[in-house]
Amino acid sequence: MAHSAQGGHRSGAETHASHESHESHGSLKSYVIGFVLSLVLTAIPLMVVLNDWLEGTRAHAVLFGAAILQFLVQLIFFMHLREEKKPRYNLMTLLLGLIILVLIVGGSIWIMTYNQIG
Amino acid sequence: MANGDRKLAAMQHGANGRAWQSDAGVPAGNGGIASTGRTSAGQEAGPASNEHPHDKAHHDLESMRLMGFWIFLMTDCILFGSLFATYIVLSGNTDGGPTGVGLFELNGVIASTFILLTSSFTSGLAVLSMNRGDRRGLIGWLAVTALLGASFIALEVTEFMHLVHEGATIGTSAFWSGFYTLVGTHGLHVSLGLVWMLALMIQLGRHGITPVTRRKVGVLSLYWHFLDVVWIFVFTFVYLLEVM
Repeated sequence: MAHSAQGGHRSGAETHASHESHESHGSLKSYVIGFVLSLVLTAIPLMVVLNDWLEGTRAHAVLFGAAILQFLVQLIFFMHLREEKKPRYNLMTLLLGLIILVLIVGGSIWIMTYNQIG
Repeated sequence: MANGDRKLAAMQHGANGRAWQSDAGVPAGNGGIASTGRTSAGQEAGPASNEHPHDKAHHDLESMRLMGFWIFLMTDCILFGSLFATYIVLSGNTDGGPTGVGLFELNGVIASTFILLTSSFTSGLAVLSMNRGDRRGLIGWLAVTALLGASFIALEVTEFMHLVHEGATIGTSAFWSGFYTLVGTHGLHVSLGLVWMLALMIQLGRHGITPVTRRKVGVLSLYWHFLDVVWIFVFTFVYLLEVM
């Protein structure tokens, strides 16, 4: 027991020392900016829908636009995608994932829209 | 001491055990949880000479694991994409039964959206506390995040119970099958994240902030932000679009 207590203490001191060498992942400022932006980007489509400000295609555009911007805000301010060092494997994997995603979602909708019997 | 025994047993079990050893080996060598006689002797022989390459190798391994988790997130993204595609394609097929616009109660959904957004922010604050080396702050913010996540799940379960009560079960129509599969899969992810967060809080309480727990907190916060992103799309494409 004494062993583990001592170990825990020493590892605590160790992390303090090794901290300086670690690159910092984001600051309070970037998290607060990201949080405020994401609140605003959630409120906008909500207001549009609840108050019937816009209709049809315009409303759709606002909804989709806000969702995509929200996605970017989370990627940049919360997931720190821009702080990645080269080669940017995370970005490449993300792009591959998004290509597959768009193909699946877009392709399914496209096919099923023109596949109606009647 | 049970910890040390288990570790020795794990070491004798081949590759798996060795992976675990390398996991805990570095913090152990630097004064971590269960330094066996052999590792501490090795460290004392030349701590200054082999600390640097050792640390670097460990850092590389941890960043590799972070990268691996990122790849998992992208595949999870594709999973949700397929469920979204299914939901959207089936969204008109209510079989003359209840529709979403008639049954969705937006107030609860709006509340859970803001709860999840806030929890994404607090999981970021947990990472900031960790970067400062503040273990209490880290565990505290993780606890806040977990509480917010639990209230999200509570709201979702309440909503599902309400829907089932109104006669919209997963078997009612294609629309409701798509709905429950998509929203339920997200809820399952959040629930799993909660269990994971709880386990990590216990681990942090025992072992403190080590390179291994640092990576685990980083991975968990990535997962949590990802779930928030997925929910934003659920909120937009399922609820707002249906109500509009």
